Amino acid sequence: MDMLKKLSHSSLALPLAALALLLLFNALFVDDFFKIEVMENGNLYGRPIDILYRASSLIILALGMTFVIATGGVDISVGAVCAISAASCCVMLGGDISGIPEHPFVLAILCGIGAGVLAGIWNGTLVAKFKIQAMVATLILLTAGRGIAQLLTDGQIITVYYKPFSYIGGNIPGIPLPTALLIALCMVSLVIWLDRKTSLGLMIQSVGINQTASKYAGINVTLVLFCVYIFSGFCAGTAGLIEGSFIRAADANNCGLNMEMDAILAVTLGGTLMIGGKYYIGGTIIGAITIQTLTTTMYAVGVSSDRLPAVKAVVILLIIVIQSEKFKQMYRNYRLKQGSSAAKEAEHA
Amino acid sequence: MEQAAKDTYLLTMRHIDMFFPGVKALKDVSFNLKKGEIHSLMGENGAGKSTLVKVLTGVYQKTRGEIEFDGQVIAPKTPLESQKLGISTVYQEVNLCQNLSVAENIYIGREPKTAWGGIDWATMSERAAKLLNEKLGLSLDVNKTLGFYPVAMQQMIAIARAIDTQCKVLILDEPTSSLSDHETARLFEIMRSLKEQGISIIFISHFLEQIYTICDRITILRDGTYVGEYEVKNLKRIDLISKMMGKEISEGEIESNLDKATASSDVLVETSKVTVPGKVKDLSMQINKGEVIGLAGLLGSGRTEIAETLFGVLQKSEGSIKIDGTEISIKNPMSMMLNKIAFCPEDRKLAGIIGDLSVRENIILAMQAKDGMFRHMPRAKQNELADYYIKLLRIKVSDREQKISTLSGGNQQKVIIARWLATEPNLLILDEPTRGIDVGTKSEIEQLAVSLAKEKNMSVVFISGELGEEVRTCSRVMVIRDHEKVTELNGDEISTAHIMQAIAGDYHGHA
Repeated sequence: MDMLKKLSHSSLALPLAALALLLLFNALFVDDFFKIEVMENGNLYGRPIDILYRASSLIILALGMTFVIATGGVDISVGAVCAISAASCCVMLGGDISGIPEHPFVLAILCGIGAGVLAGIWNGTLVAKFKIQAMVATLILLTAGRGIAQLLTDGQIITVYYKPFSYIGGNIPGIPLPTALLIALCMVSLVIWLDRKTSLGLMIQSVGINQTASKYAGINVTLVLFCVYIFSGFCAGTAGLIEGSFIRAADANNCGLNMEMDAILAVTLGGTLMIGGKYYIGGTIIGAITIQTLTTTMYAVGVSSDRLPAVKAVVILLIIVIQSEKFKQMYRNYRLKQGSSAAKEAEHA
Repeated sequence: MEQAAKDTYLLTMRHIDMFFPGVKALKDVSFNLKKGEIHSLMGENGAGKSTLVKVLTGVYQKTRGEIEFDGQVIAPKTPLESQKLGISTVYQEVNLCQNLSVAENIYIGREPKTAWGGIDWATMSERAAKLLNEKLGLSLDVNKTLGFYPVAMQQMIAIARAIDTQCKVLILDEPTSSLSDHETARLFEIMRSLKEQGISIIFISHFLEQIYTICDRITILRDGTYVGEYEVKNLKRIDLISKMMGKEISEGEIESNLDKATASSDVLVETSKVTVPGKVKDLSMQINKGEVIGLAGLLGSGRTEIAETLFGVLQKSEGSIKIDGTEISIKNPMSMMLNKIAFCPEDRKLAGIIGDLSVRENIILAMQAKDGMFRHMPRAKQNELADYYIKLLRIKVSDREQKISTLSGGNQQKVIIARWLATEPNLLILDEPTRGIDVGTKSEIEQLAVSLAKEKNMSVVFISGELGEEVRTCSRVMVIRDHEKVTELNGDEISTAHIMQAIAGDYHGHA
């Protein structure tokens, strides 16, 4: 009971409740939703695994986005950076139908992630050094990013036949869990380590809450801002590899499309405010999973993909309104009134 | 006689009250402005000068009272309305458009039109040039963008814009704060020529020198109340200051002093001829180990700027700063923190606390910034440190995880002081550490400053607008006026009366 009470007061309560509600809906109306099977090749298969697997690149993007938003900024270029990263990696591997890579696989992966980090350095320089508003600064790569990806691939969709590339978005033979999920787990661990074992978290929040005071306390505000954008670029680079590997190709136009919005949504669903300050890693992860669960649920109950965005929008609207401070206050007032009228009735009786 | 005096007034404001929710900003304030005079509105920050001006220009609506202008009662609802009546304002910050031309800036919103309804550019440029030339004696290319000209010139252009609209009263709100001496002199010439043209000017400035150079009469406000109206030539500076501060000065006034710290002869910080353009002028000073040195001066005199220069927030353009005998280069606050200098800024809310973080996090912040990102202090150590300072400074909190924004001002201040004590500084700069704090906590902080100097041999720079506080705590007081060091008071010389005289420029010391 005490645990429950504590949980209901924690910042994770609402994101968790939203997710639980969705899962409950699935449990009631979708057959075998929670069933996990072991396939012939030893891989695990089932909707819960599928959700986590599909959510992994979003989780990774949202982790980077959490830090950025906590500083009071936003990085709307991450979707486009995914495309650059995927393109860089695929170009390095080449589209040779025999499946022989042009360059070593490791080098190609580093190129993909490196492209993301470069994009992060670009964004970080604009925001931290030149003090350009984050939305405007990252808008540049949002619009230019896919063009850059096109340039890298010469306007072609390069399909990669090199087998190991598909392992990133699929399974490495002999390992039952999808690789993307494992990568996401690694990133989550990295972020938790950064949060707990370094003072980056303290500094990010401090900068997000009060930049002037942070400066007076000796914090290098420029460096902190620079770091969060680089980290966001790193996350986007990693997520780009996964997205590219899903379709085994570099599709400059569609890779990571609109994912920046989902990432921002995941962060806000998790309870981190857009004005910056306190952030909630756990909330972000749950937020990302909630978004993916919602998509999967819609498909499972037969909502067609063209209607999906509308339904998704309604559900998310509900979640956000319930989380809002104003709604909570209205609810409290309602409870108060109920309480007082109940007391009156008791008196009458 | 009475009637005759009344007739000479262009503007009279009578019994003005102004309430903001919960605050009474003006209480029964009167103000009389003659035609063709330069009238200064004086008072410390928060005395109500700006509020009064804003009531006059229609930014705020007065709660009670009457404004009579040019023979009729007015009650402007918007700045535009008061402008149409002939009351124009030029604010401290030039609020014109940098990317428009000079002519456009002057005529924006009332451009001369052609027969077709379009803007008559030729006439506009011609008129702008003529206006600047005739009224202000300036000849400049009115088609260049405003940003092309220096701030001082922009201010003149703002004045040109203000006086073109049938202006009878011109309000200049701190127009000189970003101007050099030479530019200020130029502005004064223009003010005199406007005065000759019959325009009345309300001049607001923190610089006493300037008031005595340019103004005819002074109205003094204090804490939102009217103190009085005086001819400048009949009001001694010392009287002006005591009226602004609300403190009668009697010679030989005795303050009850704390058992003060005695400075050692070792010099900790030495500055020579340090200049920050527009903020600090030619500052040479010494801070000895184990002393509490006070910086006294009116608000806006440059006390804070000196502190910010010592902490590396402001960058000096000339001069040198030595710490422990070695000259150091200052890039940012961190370089001073590494030299063991700490600074509690004046504006606690804006530059001190990180509101949403806990008391613990606020305390370890500076130390952690000094250690760097990857030398994270273990949680147990953080707790220990936070608890130590909560106990040492008697900070009232429910526990160390309480959000700092929920504490009272005094306790917030203690947390900020704790943040800096945790870095174990050799020099602690306290800028207005007791502002807005209850009396009990106030004397605790004063005692703390003295005991740090005495027991830890720490040097403390103590900045306060409250002279009594300086007298109680400081073993040496540096008096600042118009961004310059005027004099230093030592030992027995330190008294409220002497400090005030020094601020007014009437104190010449025993030596």
